[in-house]
Amino acid sequence: MTGDIARPQLSLKVRLRFDRRTGRYLLLYPETGLELSRTATEIARLCTGEWTVDEIAQHLAQFHTEISPVEISRDVLDFLKTLAGRGLLQGLQ
Amino acid sequence: MNNEYRPYTLIAELTYRCPLRCPYCSNPIDYARHGAEIDTDTWLRVFHEAEALGVVQLSLTGGEPLLRNDLEQFIEKASKVELYTNLITSGIPLTFERLSRLQALGLNSVQLSIQSTRPSESDRIAGAPSFHRKLEAMQWVKSLELPLTMNVVLHRDNIGEIPELIALAERVSADRLELANVQYLGWALQNRSALLPTREQLERARTIAEHARGRLQGKMEVVFVTPDYYSVYPKSCMDGWGRRFIVVNPEGFALPCHLAHTIPGLHFENVRQCHLEEIWHHSSSFNQFRGDGWLPDPCRTCDRRTKDFGGCRCQAFHVTGNAGATDPACFLSPDHGRIESARSQASHLSGVPVMFEYRTGRGFSQA
Repeated sequence: MTGDIARPQLSLKVRLRFDRRTGRYLLLYPETGLELSRTATEIARLCTGEWTVDEIAQHLAQFHTEISPVEISRDVLDFLKTLAGRGLLQGLQ
Repeated sequence: MNNEYRPYTLIAELTYRCPLRCPYCSNPIDYARHGAEIDTDTWLRVFHEAEALGVVQLSLTGGEPLLRNDLEQFIEKASKVELYTNLITSGIPLTFERLSRLQALGLNSVQLSIQSTRPSESDRIAGAPSFHRKLEAMQWVKSLELPLTMNVVLHRDNIGEIPELIALAERVSADRLELANVQYLGWALQNRSALLPTREQLERARTIAEHARGRLQGKMEVVFVTPDYYSVYPKSCMDGWGRRFIVVNPEGFALPCHLAHTIPGLHFENVRQCHLEEIWHHSSSFNQFRGDGWLPDPCRTCDRRTKDFGGCRCQAFHVTGNAGATDPACFLSPDHGRIESARSQASHLSGVPVMFEYRTGRGFSQA
């Protein structure tokens, strides 16, 4: 589902906002939203259209040395698939 | 406080006025008897209080929210407090200029309803000429790159049009297609025999919608909402009473759902006098059906009680006369027979024309 997205970019309908009550970020889109984990927030913030999927995983790996790069790559792909499946990434046809 | 009872969404019913007369309108039957609409400043304060309470999504609805000429101020304020703002509209009356202005002020998304893909049929169901203007409004939404939800309320007269409805949604490049079956409350309950589809109609529609959902995944979200009358278990109405949603109606009453004030014996506070936070936490009516202490049999011992919270309180009241009963849509409800007989009536009436009773301000003074 993300194979054809070289450089993922959040769809225009998406807003990221900080949630004071939980200290987490919410990814809001029409009439609903997702509560993001810290890792998911980091990934979402890198979905600017400038970074490739691999670069996003590499970037996260620098800050999460406790997690194996393979696991990080898998988490990134899983999360991007979730976003893509909900139509929250741009340019996916 | 924990997030177990936190309103993520404020549904702001700005007015009960509407240029359309749909026979399944979600406004109360006696809407015309309700009092004056709350003023601009009160709404602005409500948005502020809602955000402080944890609300992140705002649905501006009605009636027809475009009839409020202070809509601009509402959207500007909502945007200032970072609410994700959705306009739920018939698209009438709207101009491209006004829509651009609303977008510039921070509007995030638009949900627009149509009644059928056939112009004359759409106009007949809406009870007013509207189809062409709706189509034009949907095109404006997309030309401004605003996310568009095309909403269709399904019933026996349009449920056979699912393929055409999906094609139309694709043609207007809707981001989301909401195929929402009528739920039989308020005006729709009044019109139930003219609206309730047969099981065959419903299953055919569901199959086609499922197929489209797979085909369009990632491009257009296809949502199919089953009528409670054909589901085995009740839906978790409003995600649980007083749990995720807060509705403020045109005259300022804060409610757990659109029709909660049609349940007798509950006292609702008005935002004119009370702070939203106080209402949310302390209103006796919001607390009435929270938690599981109030649950009747067979819900009390049912594994699903944390999933559906006993179902819809309004449906329980309007079908059984007891708002504290198990939702009769549940096959385990002792009152489920009433739902079954409505279904068999629908199959007897299949193909027989039944007139709509259009939404009107009846009961309003005749003067």
